Amino acid sequence: AKSRSSFGQKLNALLANFRHVDESFFDDLEDMLIESDVGFETSMKIADDLREEVKLQNAKKPKDVQNVIVKKLIDMYDQAGNGENPAINLAKSGPTVILMVGVNGVGKTTTIGKMAKMYKDQGKKVVLAAADTFRAGAIEQLNVWAQRDGVDIVKSKPKSDPSSVVFDAVKKARDEHYDILMVDTAGRLQNKVNLMNELSKMKKILTREIPEAPHEVLLVLDATTGQNAMTQAKMFKETTDVTGIVLTKLDGTARGGIVLAIRSELHLPVKYVGLGEKVTDLKPFDPNDFVYGLFKGLISE
Amino acid sequence: MAFEGLTERLQNAMKKLRGKGKVSEADLRATMREIRLALLEADVNFQVVRTFVKTVEERAKGAKVLEGLNPSQQIVKIVDEELTKTMGQEAVPLNKSEKIPTVIMMSGLQGAGKTTTVGKLALKLKNEQNARPLLIADDVYRPAAIEQLQTVGQQVDVPVFQLGTDVDPVEIAKRGLEKAKEDHNDYVIIDTAGRLQIDEKLMDELGNIKKAVNPDEILLVIDAMTGQNAVATAEGFDKTLDVTGVVLTKLDGDTRGGAALSIRAVTGKPIKFVGQGEKMEDLDVFHPDRMASRILGMGDMLSLIEKT
Ligand SMILES: Nc1nc2c(ncn2[C@@H]2O[C@H](COP(=O)(O)OP(=O)(O)OP(=O)(O)O)[C@@H](O)[C@H]2O)c(=O)[nH]1
Ligand SMILES: Nc1nc2c(ncn2[C@@H]2O[C@H](COP(=O)(O)OP(=O)(O)OP(=O)(O)O)[C@@H](O)[C@H]2O)c(=O)[nH]1
Ligand SMILES: [Mg+2]
Ligand SMILES: [Mg+2]
Repeated sequence: AKSRSSFGQKLNALLANFRHVDESFFDDLEDMLIESDVGFETSMKIADDLREEVKLQNAKKPKDVQNVIVKKLIDMYDQAGNGENPAINLAKSGPTVILMVGVNGVGKTTTIGKMAKMYKDQGKKVVLAAADTFRAGAIEQLNVWAQRDGVDIVKSKPKSDPSSVVFDAVKKARDEHYDILMVDTAGRLQNKVNLMNELSKMKKILTREIPEAPHEVLLVLDATTGQNAMTQAKMFKETTDVTGIVLTKLDGTARGGIVLAIRSELHLPVKYVGLGEKVTDLKPFDPNDFVYGLFKGLISE
Repeated sequence: MAFEGLTERLQNAMKKLRGKGKVSEADLRATMREIRLALLEADVNFQVVRTFVKTVEERAKGAKVLEGLNPSQQIVKIVDEELTKTMGQEAVPLNKSEKIPTVIMMSGLQGAGKTTTVGKLALKLKNEQNARPLLIADDVYRPAAIEQLQTVGQQVDVPVFQLGTDVDPVEIAKRGLEKAKEDHNDYVIIDTAGRLQIDEKLMDELGNIKKAVNPDEILLVIDAMTGQNAVATAEGFDKTLDVTGVVLTKLDGDTRGGAALSIRAVTGKPIKFVGQGEKMEDLDVFHPDRMASRILGMGDMLSLIEKT
């Protein structure tokens, strides 16, 4: 409730820059949402809903209009998120297994490096699985992170079968009583059927060894990605039952607005955001900050 | 269907127009709306879309399309012509210097595909010109970036120059170039670390590398899945580096790739190559006309003209 009012306050301050909330305000709002990669249809829908709400409430004074908009936006956001679990689903006993998936270069390996450190700092026993045996230097990259973080790693030779790495890792995690297993997978585009099948095979191996595993399948999305992120979310959800999203590279100028559409269509919660390349640049997703970020474009500087 | 191409969109909008002889202003507006939608869904930047649609609309009015016999056909023609104008007509080859070595420098955001493209370019130059490139490992930040480039170098059987991660990238670039001169390599390809265009310190570093080695070709590598932000990225890198060409990667996905149009429109710089996969062979020359059809989802542009 605390963060809500602060979001409301922020947005209020923002809207105060507009003397009139008239048609051109809604035009600006639409443009701003589109520019944040929210997508054309979702942007239109949001703007229309807001127009409607302002009319419905018969808000005339700018102040009233602002309040209506703030409330409506927060309602819209909450509705889309009904029944979501924003936290990481930890195993009740035995290792928690987290599978990282996503297209090429979005930040899977880096996010594992960041999360592993977070768990390690919580006093947990962590092991990483280098199941990207395909990309040049991928195993070395994860190995650097394991060393930096001071956590263990299961790896094999380049070009070896990723499924066997997954098998070795999950066995080790179970037999040696690790708290957390994080599985790094090779980037793959969602339209490559063979590669998507390979991924679901890895997931099956995890489940075979530990029936509740994977406890989380995190889809990593790059905030700079446009409308294709929706297709990514759909296809990865279909093949691997994604449980949450990590939205990376939010430290740049892109806002990652497509996750709004993904949230309302696929009900996938964003669990973490990436804000840089350093190990500390990972934050739990804060919807208020995120929505506020979308509106930054409306502030006249 | 979420990603209806322009073909379907226009066909639907024009079903109403067909056989009407005359078309009202409102009909024209509806048609323009469909064009706008198709472009936005393809991730073309909204400012670029606005300008583009305005140009098409003005031409349509000027050409008295509304009074003509076949208005929809004429509009499609205008769209096609304007797109081709923005995207450029011909594939633009890689720059080559009079004296060896030709120096190629990569730039771009994190994870765009720079290192992979370095390997692909080296292979292409080897295959097509019998070239002897030297790769320079100038990313000292990303974990295992040097190992990645070395593996790529092995894959295409091309040497990699590196000084580890404790030397300044400007210095590495300089010394790498000296080495290439000693060894009479005809091409030098410099792999740089990914960076945000708003990261002043790292952008200055790129500027200094450029000053130090005076590249013949500065390629901006951009992920084809990029959304509205493509404009900010392209403008940022172009401002610091005055890039000479663009490489659009990951086009083997199912993205429409509207970023291509945005980048062309705001920088005017030619897209020289497209990445079509993760393998070293997967680099192709850019074809503006194919890209235009892809963005608009109108592979059958001609058949549309025939049908209407
Ligand atoms: N600015 C910024 N860069 C990031 C962030 N997360 C990752 N990166 C960078 O993005 C690039 C790609 O990250 P990786 O972790 O290798 O991505 P990946 O998904 O594992 O890539 P593949 O395994 O090749 O598919 C690296 O240069 C990272 O340092 C982030 O939140 N912000
Ligand atoms: N499918 C596909 N993947 C590509 C293509 N080009 C590069 N990749 C993949 O994209 C990911 C990132 O590529 P890199 O070459 O490491 O990107 P980079 O720009 O050097 O990344 P940083 O050095 O971290 O900034 C890797 O998984 C590559 O295999 C392409 O054209 N198609
Ligand atoms: Mg990786
Ligand atoms: Mg690289």
